[in-house]
Order: sequence, then structure tokens, then C-alpha cells
Amino acid sequence: MSTIVLRGRKVVGGCAEGEALVTKDTISGWGGIDPATGVIIERRHELRGQSFKDKILVFPGAKGSSGWSAFFHAARLAGAAPKGMLFNKLTTKVALGAVVTHAPAMTAFDRDPLEVIGTGDWVKIDADHGVVEVTKKE
Amino acid sequence: MLDGREGPAVQKAMDLLVRYGEALDAERLVDTHNVCGAMTFGGTRADLMQRGGFHAVFSELNLDSPEVVEIPPARVYTCQLEHGLSLETAHITGGSPEAMQAQRQAEIFFGARGVHMLATCTPYLAGNVPLLGEHCAWMESSAVVYCNAVLGARTNTEGTESTGAASLTGKIPYWGYHIPACRRATHLVEVEIEVDSVMDWGLLGYYVGEMVQEAVPAIKGLKSRPDPIKLKHLGAAAASSGGVEMYHIPGVTPEAPSLEATLGGNQPLAIWRYGRAERRIAYENLNSSAVSREVDFIMLGCPHCTLEQVWRVAQLLERKRLHGNTQLWLFVARALKEVADRSGYTRTIEAAGAHVLTVPQGAKVVATDSAKQAHYLPAMLGMQTWFGSTEDCIAAATTGRWSGGLE
Repeated sequence: MSTIVLRGRKVVGGCAEGEALVTKDTISGWGGIDPATGVIIERRHELRGQSFKDKILVFPGAKGSSGWSAFFHAARLAGAAPKGMLFNKLTTKVALGAVVTHAPAMTAFDRDPLEVIGTGDWVKIDADHGVVEVTKKE
Repeated sequence: MLDGREGPAVQKAMDLLVRYGEALDAERLVDTHNVCGAMTFGGTRADLMQRGGFHAVFSELNLDSPEVVEIPPARVYTCQLEHGLSLETAHITGGSPEAMQAQRQAEIFFGARGVHMLATCTPYLAGNVPLLGEHCAWMESSAVVYCNAVLGARTNTEGTESTGAASLTGKIPYWGYHIPACRRATHLVEVEIEVDSVMDWGLLGYYVGEMVQEAVPAIKGLKSRPDPIKLKHLGAAAASSGGVEMYHIPGVTPEAPSLEATLGGNQPLAIWRYGRAERRIAYENLNSSAVSREVDFIMLGCPHCTLEQVWRVAQLLERKRLHGNTQLWLFVARALKEVADRSGYTRTIEAAGAHVLTVPQGAKVVATDSAKQAHYLPAMLGMQTWFGSTEDCIAAATTGRWSGGLE
């Protein structure tokens, strides 16, 4: 089993591990997710119908309404939040959304996580030390 | 504040702002005296209401604090943006009695704490007009882009929690559009055709957003000067198709004395042209969901209408009647509705069978003069949506058929 290590910056501290759910599409909060289930509902999104609940969500960044954080916040209250978030483009929407999701989150990586991580890979985040360890799916 | 000496709610608010500021890697917080947020939506959450009423709702949803703290009055000028329901016109727009009661109670609770119940996505039309360079903490993408680009005030796209915390502390992270260097244009759009009507400005905004995404564009080559209505539609469209929070029009917007000044001496990272073909693409994208020309619902006022727009619609509907199969709703800030009522516009519009008022049950084919609505309605509510001019929309309302198009 091959293991890859990425280094990045802490957005929200803590450690988490889980299965990766990876998308190259940016994610909308309001109008883009169902906070009760964590399912992506946006039409034409490549993850439409899939849930990020208990996954390590790997995505480019946030788009859409200023309700982004409120929708991820609601997903956390419903027990449907991701276990961790890894993203590239830092905006106020995704930063506040990650903070209120209360899950470890990181950005500004030395390598593009969208290239390195595939859906189903096992990902370990140590946000306080800025390290992500990826074990590729067999 | 963080040490709790100013009370537990202020302490929780500051704790959130510190976590948020660290997430952004912001160097510090900045003082703000102008907050536009969303306080009145949580009253329908039975779990939180049972835990501690609106104190628990605000603690969790606006301060990210699972611990219930007693909510004090706002420290700085704070406005409620759009509401979920239109209480005054519920007989037309619908809404469960429970949800309406929750909103009524939320207005009383937060009103008593100094949150001004503007109930509009256009606070800048209802008296909240910040000054050039003023630091703000606003939500609502169409209001954020207007605040930055048109007024020259400074805000990022804030959220429910950060605006809640800002209202109790008068602080927000100094990051992004608060920093002068981040406000400069990075990309250039060269307009090669006449852009004149409100519809034209909406189309230009929709195209620009799609091209630049979250970047800051400078738009040059415009031959006619816009008015606030046109810039409202430009910004709302660009914030919908992309994530535009700031733009410049040299000679028009306040931070753009010249193209060179807005670029800060740099070369644009990319240049796009906007000609007839690009206008056509924007128009076709906005109308891509519509098939049937039998329109049953016309929606005007996204973002909320200015008084001038209400007056124009009243003129277009004078001595006319809506077609039997159509409804026409026109959205306006409640403060301006009072003026529309007293000016006789509401009477004229209602005499035609339309309503000055929030999405109906049973509509299938919608017509709108808002690129923002035409962007979101098909995806969110599955409605076929026609986009066109206000005149196209009024014609659809009185005939029941869509006859708009690009010449």
C-alpha cells in the first residue's frame, strides 16, 4: 500500500481520519447541499446524490450564496457533516463554513490534493501539524 | 472581550471571530459599525427553541456556541436582511401558521435588541448607505458587491455566524476586501457593443461573472452611463454566475478614476471581449431552462425593486389587466412599499391584478427581468424560466405568453 504525505496550513485544528470524497467542482451551500443528509443536490454537480457525511471532503472551494456556512452548520447539527475538509481556494465562505462545521480543515498544500487524493482513499488529517497522510485505495 | 469581562455572549462572539480570523490567516480584526445579517430564521428549530428560546437560537446559529448564553443588545448598527416569509401578505404568498408565528416572535426579540427589521436584500435602497472606505460586515452576495463596487465601502461576503458575532462586538477579520491592495482590478473586460437597458446590464454581469469567477474585473468601453438600477442588476448577475464581490468601471465607480489606477500599475491577468456573440451566449444560458411559452408566473424585483422600478411597472400596467392564467409579483423593501402605497403605484399595480409584495405554489413557467432569478430558479425549484426586459415580462403578464427575445 502506497502512502503519500501532503503539507498545508491549518484552517481548523484537530485530527481526523476517514474515507475521501473528492470533487473537482466547487460546492454551493445554500441550494447546493441537503443539510439533513449531507447529500449534494446541485444539478450538474459531479457528486449529485452522494453524501459527504462522515467523509473527508476534498474540493476546490466554495461558491454561491452567503448562506454557505449556515448550511454546513445545519449539517453539523443534523449529524451529517464531513469528518474533515481539504480545499484549495480560501474564501470567507469556506473559512467560516469550516469553522462552524467543527471538523479539522486545511488549505494551501504543497501539492494539489485534487490530483493526489482519489475518492475512497484513506486520509488522515493532523491539522495542528499541517500534515495529511493519504493511503491509496487498493 | 475574549476574557468574558463584557459578558458571556460577547465572549462567545469574540471566540468565534478569533477562530474565523485564524482560519483566514488574517493579521487582525477591524472595527465595523455596519452589520447586515440574518437573525430571524431560527425560530422554527424546535430543538433550539426548547433549549432556551431565541437566546439558544442566536447562541448556536449566530455565534456557533452550543452553550446557551443570554443575548444582549447589538453593540453596533445592525440590520436584518431578507426574511423567509412575507407576514403582511401571507394570504397571497403562503407560509405555515407556525413559521409565521416564529418569524413574528423573532422580529420582536431581535428588534428589542436593536436589530433593524429592514427585511430586504437591498439595504442600500432602504437607508443603509455606508461611506466610501467604511468597513462593513454584510451578507447577501448582491448587496456585498453593491457595497464594495458601487458605494466603495468594504466588506467580504460574511455569513450568519460572523455577522452575529460582529453585531455584538463591532469587529470583523481584516482580510480580503478590507485591504486596499485586494480591491484592485486583476482582470479586464472590454465592451465592444452598446450596453444600455437594465436587461443589457444584467446580461453583461452574467457574462462577466462566468468569465472572471471570483476575480476583480475592470469593465471598460461602456458608452452610456449606468444608474443604480443597472448596477444593482449587473452586480447581482455577476455574483450569481461567478462569485464577483468587487468590480470597477473607470469613470463611474468610486475607486476607479482611471483604468490604470484600478489595475494599480499591473497588467491584467486576462482580457475578455464582450461583443454581440458574448451577449447572445449570456442570453441563451439564462433562457436554457425555458421551453413552453405559456407563462403563468412573472417575478420582478430580484434584488428588490427601487421606487423607480415600481413606478415604471405601474406605468406599464396602467389600465391593463393580467391574463387570467398569470400572476405577477413585484418585490420591494417594506420601507419603500409604504412610499409606493402613498404614491398610488401599489393601487395601479393591484388594479391590474398583480401584487406588490415572496415563491408561489403551482407555477411552472416563470418570467423575470432578473438574471439572478433566472440563474437560481431552474436549479432550486425546477421551474422553466424566461429572462428578458421588464417590458417583456409585463407583456407576458397581460397576454400569458412569452414573446421576448434578442434583436
